[in-house]
Amino acid sequence: MKRQQTQKLAIAVITGAAALVVIPIVLVILYIVVQGIGALSWEFLTARPRNGMTEGGIMPAILGTLILTLGTAIVCLPLAIGAAIYLAEYAKDNRLTRWVRLAIVNLAGIPSIVYGLFGLGAFVLFLQFGTSILAGSLTLGIMTLPVVISTAEEAILSVPQEFRLVSQSLGATRWQTIRHQVLPHAMPGIITGIILGLSRAAGETAPILFTVAAFYLPSLPSSVSDQTMALPYHLYVITTQVPGMPLSVQYGTALVLLLLVLSLTLVATVIRTRMRRRRDW
Amino acid sequence: MTRAATERSIKINVRNFSFYYGDFQALDSLTLGIGQNEITALIGPSGCGKSTFLRSLNRMNDTIPGARAVGDVLLDGKNIYDPEVDVTELRQRVGMVFQRPNPFPQSIYDNVAFGPRVLGTARRSDLGDLVRQSLIDASLWDDVKHRLHGSALNLNPGQQQRLCIARAIAVKPDVILMDEPCSALDPVATLRVEDLMRELAEHFTIVIVTHNMQQAARVSDQTGFFWLGRLVEFDETERLFSAPREALTEAYITGRRG
Repeated sequence: MKRQQTQKLAIAVITGAAALVVIPIVLVILYIVVQGIGALSWEFLTARPRNGMTEGGIMPAILGTLILTLGTAIVCLPLAIGAAIYLAEYAKDNRLTRWVRLAIVNLAGIPSIVYGLFGLGAFVLFLQFGTSILAGSLTLGIMTLPVVISTAEEAILSVPQEFRLVSQSLGATRWQTIRHQVLPHAMPGIITGIILGLSRAAGETAPILFTVAAFYLPSLPSSVSDQTMALPYHLYVITTQVPGMPLSVQYGTALVLLLLVLSLTLVATVIRTRMRRRRDW
Repeated sequence: MTRAATERSIKINVRNFSFYYGDFQALDSLTLGIGQNEITALIGPSGCGKSTFLRSLNRMNDTIPGARAVGDVLLDGKNIYDPEVDVTELRQRVGMVFQRPNPFPQSIYDNVAFGPRVLGTARRSDLGDLVRQSLIDASLWDDVKHRLHGSALNLNPGQQQRLCIARAIAVKPDVILMDEPCSALDPVATLRVEDLMRELAEHFTIVIVTHNMQQAARVSDQTGFFWLGRLVEFDETERLFSAPREALTEAYITGRRG
């Protein structure tokens, strides 16, 4: 009887712990929606800021964040997918592989502000890209590498070994096997990792602080060597640097950023569920 | 040499073939001839080396670290262990069916089309015919002709195994290796696959590993009995089962050893 009670107590405790996880996220979202929904309008989304950014819209910041997310993808994806395939399919347990794995673990542990400083030193100053979309995308891309590599490697490894054997027994080369059998089956997992990595990059402030973000620009960027405004940085600026900024604009900006990131996550979830339904083992 | 051996056309000639996993010797100087368009059964207790031997015929053991082959395996007179041999070409000629039915989690059509598509051995316009013919040859066509684009995983295990056979023959091999192809199937499905093997032997050379001695006796022309990495006896199936030369063979097939 005592053991049964202990069991009930344990289940109650862990269920409670799980439930508590939901509360903060719900509260954060609710609070921002309630505070920010009033600011949302067509003008807010499509117009440029006016009157010391207290009026008008945040279109340049939204556009900038979309451009930076695309830039991050262009920098990160080829490297990350290539590295994941190498680690999962080809890597032997040698010194190179151990160094690569060590590098990935450490990349994941570096604080984002350090990425920002690294981007400033390496791309903005040393390579003389200046404060630019190029420098910002490279910085964000490197920061996103470990997330995408780890999830993609995991997805590739989860494809049953048997499929590789069968494919090779039919005369396919290693690469043909990877290209036509392994990657298609791993794709839902890989895409999930990509989108989660990109949504994190879209919301980061520190890495773009010194490398690309602008406080205010009169015109939109026209090339990769231009600066751009970006949502997270814009939010940081208007909440801390601009006196007399209406609260609704601040929360409206936060809400747009939140919706952007959440919708990326939602897309990842939908893709994963749909592809899982199609292929199963 | 037996009487039949002089009349048979030898497809795979194995001479003094040994195989090692690191320091462990899995096969010890095998010499045998696998006849063209014959079904050759390999029997023996677990761990005797028969599966290792089967997999060394299309070099699927190559992927295991430390694996090493010594001696010759001549396929149509050419040693498949020569350094200049392209392993992928070899595996196109020597196909394989595995123990557990293992279709890809794709449609029936895509399973059969996988090999020709990847290898580029069929023109796009011919692919449909090739898939159809492979399914007919694997006696699966009537079961699946109305659901070619349905998932292969919805087939029952017997059908799945015949699909795997269709997938293997779609790349037009000369030889098909079967590693206990019926061990996961019920008796009815087993008989269908055995019937299929007899039909396939008209076009292909078949080597089958089996734990089931009745199966070896039912389907095969030649049988080899393996024991601890050695080929104890290799002979016409009828003779091996009715009048084995070696005492060890007799003990095994009558159930006193193994």
